[in-house]
Amino acid sequence: MPRRDDDKRSRRDDELGLRRALGDRMLPLLVAAMTFLAALALAGALAAAALSAHWQDGAASAVTVQVPDPDQPVQTQADRPEETRLDAVLRVLRSNKDVSASRSLSQADLSLMLRPWLGATAEVAALKLPAVIEVHLAANADEAAIAAALAGVAPGTSAESHGVWVGRLSVLALSLQACAWLALVVVVVVAALVVMVATRAGLASRRDAIEIVHGLGATDGTIAGHFARRITRLTALGGFLGALAAVPVLFALTELAAPFMTRATPLQGPGFLNAAWLAQPIWVLLPLLPAVAGTIGFLTAQATVRRWLRALP
Amino acid sequence: MIRLENVGLRYGAGTKAGPEILRDISFSVAPGGFRWLQGPSGAGKSSLMRLLQLALRPKRGTLVVLGTDIGTAERRALPALRQRIGMVFQDFRLLGHLSAFDNVALPLRIAGRPEGQIRADVGEMLRWVELTEKADRRPAQLSGGEQQRVAIARAVVGRPSLLLADEPTGNLDDAQALRLMRLLGELNRLGTTVVVATHNDALVARHPGPSLRLEAGLLVDDG
Ligand SMILES: Nc1ncnc2c1ncn2[C@@H]1O[C@H](COP(=O)(O)OP(=O)(O)OP(=O)(O)O)[C@@H](O)[C@H]1O
Ligand SMILES: [Mg+2]
Repeated sequence: MPRRDDDKRSRRDDELGLRRALGDRMLPLLVAAMTFLAALALAGALAAAALSAHWQDGAASAVTVQVPDPDQPVQTQADRPEETRLDAVLRVLRSNKDVSASRSLSQADLSLMLRPWLGATAEVAALKLPAVIEVHLAANADEAAIAAALAGVAPGTSAESHGVWVGRLSVLALSLQACAWLALVVVVVVAALVVMVATRAGLASRRDAIEIVHGLGATDGTIAGHFARRITRLTALGGFLGALAAVPVLFALTELAAPFMTRATPLQGPGFLNAAWLAQPIWVLLPLLPAVAGTIGFLTAQATVRRWLRALP
Repeated sequence: MIRLENVGLRYGAGTKAGPEILRDISFSVAPGGFRWLQGPSGAGKSSLMRLLQLALRPKRGTLVVLGTDIGTAERRALPALRQRIGMVFQDFRLLGHLSAFDNVALPLRIAGRPEGQIRADVGEMLRWVELTEKADRRPAQLSGGEQQRVAIARAVVGRPSLLLADEPTGNLDDAQALRLMRLLGELNRLGTTVVVATHNDALVARHPGPSLRLEAGLLVDDG
């Protein structure tokens, strides 16, 4: 009976018979599930961080100014009878050095915004809509003073700061982030425990072989190395499968989140081939997950086996 | 080489500790020496062999093997010592998933010998125990005597300084037993210290030599 060379080599690598004792189904499957969850938690944490950063710099300094009856002439300013309330407000905004930008939304912008509520056919023009101005303030601007100045030229003008909302949103985002990190930690701990249980089962079922090899002078390092190699292979495989399974889910989630992540208007087209989309940190970290799973497997197996071996003389 | 002073052994520890299996064992074997270890079944021969093989540590007394005091040696110093000890177990203790060849090769692989040398040495050893044809068989596919010969080959292949054989002829026919005793004598002449445990007094009578006699855990006759 001729010996096949690869068969010989495989048996040589497997002195302890771990191929049977540590099967290639259960552990990779469990680790795959764990990696899948880890990928989602990681994506959640990163997305929450990105969203909160985006809201912070996008909205922190933004103020929405509403001017009722924008086309009415300014009443109190006798020297400028031609000026409308809107023009007066815009003039004040432009002359204020704390205002870094202001943009009056057009009638078309407004009807686009209102369409979901009023319908496309609504006679928007017939409604007495206030003028809406998007204002960006410089850092440390005195919002209250500006609001007062605006109300001075056009009574009834309101300035609504987004700061409160940004505050609430970033608290929410931070909580989401904390939950996601916590979930990640739990997943890592559970993964280590799963590896530990599998390793212990392997040790128990190969006890005789380990004692024989130990008696022949194998060091703890050698025996732990046999286990760690097998476990690392299985957990890295699980990590790969889990990460692979996460790809379509993360793909869909990133798609859904894309409108919040960029300043793109619907006119900018699908975010599908957006470069920013691929640059999301999750796509950089996802390929690392199998390595992380393998590392957890390696370290846990080493520690578990070395601890167990200390009971031998 | 081997020195025991008032060695005592019991299995189990703490509340599960059993009775003392070996009591006040004292003897020594010089490097290159030979001893029979005789005694009735259950006297404690295998237990004493396990102590000498460093598979157990004595509960009391002094045990020196290959010049190292096992009672005080650090645990990580033991593997290197074990690699210098060859052991034929009474129950063979072969690895069931490995071929005869790989079982014999095991001590050499553990010692990190190059694969080329392993192939040559194991091949020679298998020729000597007349198992070349069955090198690919697993232990379960071998007869009791064949398994014992694999166990002998595994114990001897690494040219140990100390060779311990526990009932090594138990499953051998007379011709094979004679061959084995000649091999042990040969190794002994080349400087290997040899201890052979047996309850077969006829075997000892055929191959006279200095002997230790155990009875109920006590050494009753040294010489
Ligand atoms: N692992 C163990 N745990 C507890 N008791 C044991 C263990 N191994 C052996 N014994 C006990 O120790 C005593 C000595 O056993 P041992 O195997 O050393 O005898 P032996 O002289 O080799 O006998 P035999 O000639 O039948 O091989 C016996 O009473 C046995 O029951
Ligand atoms: Mg015995």
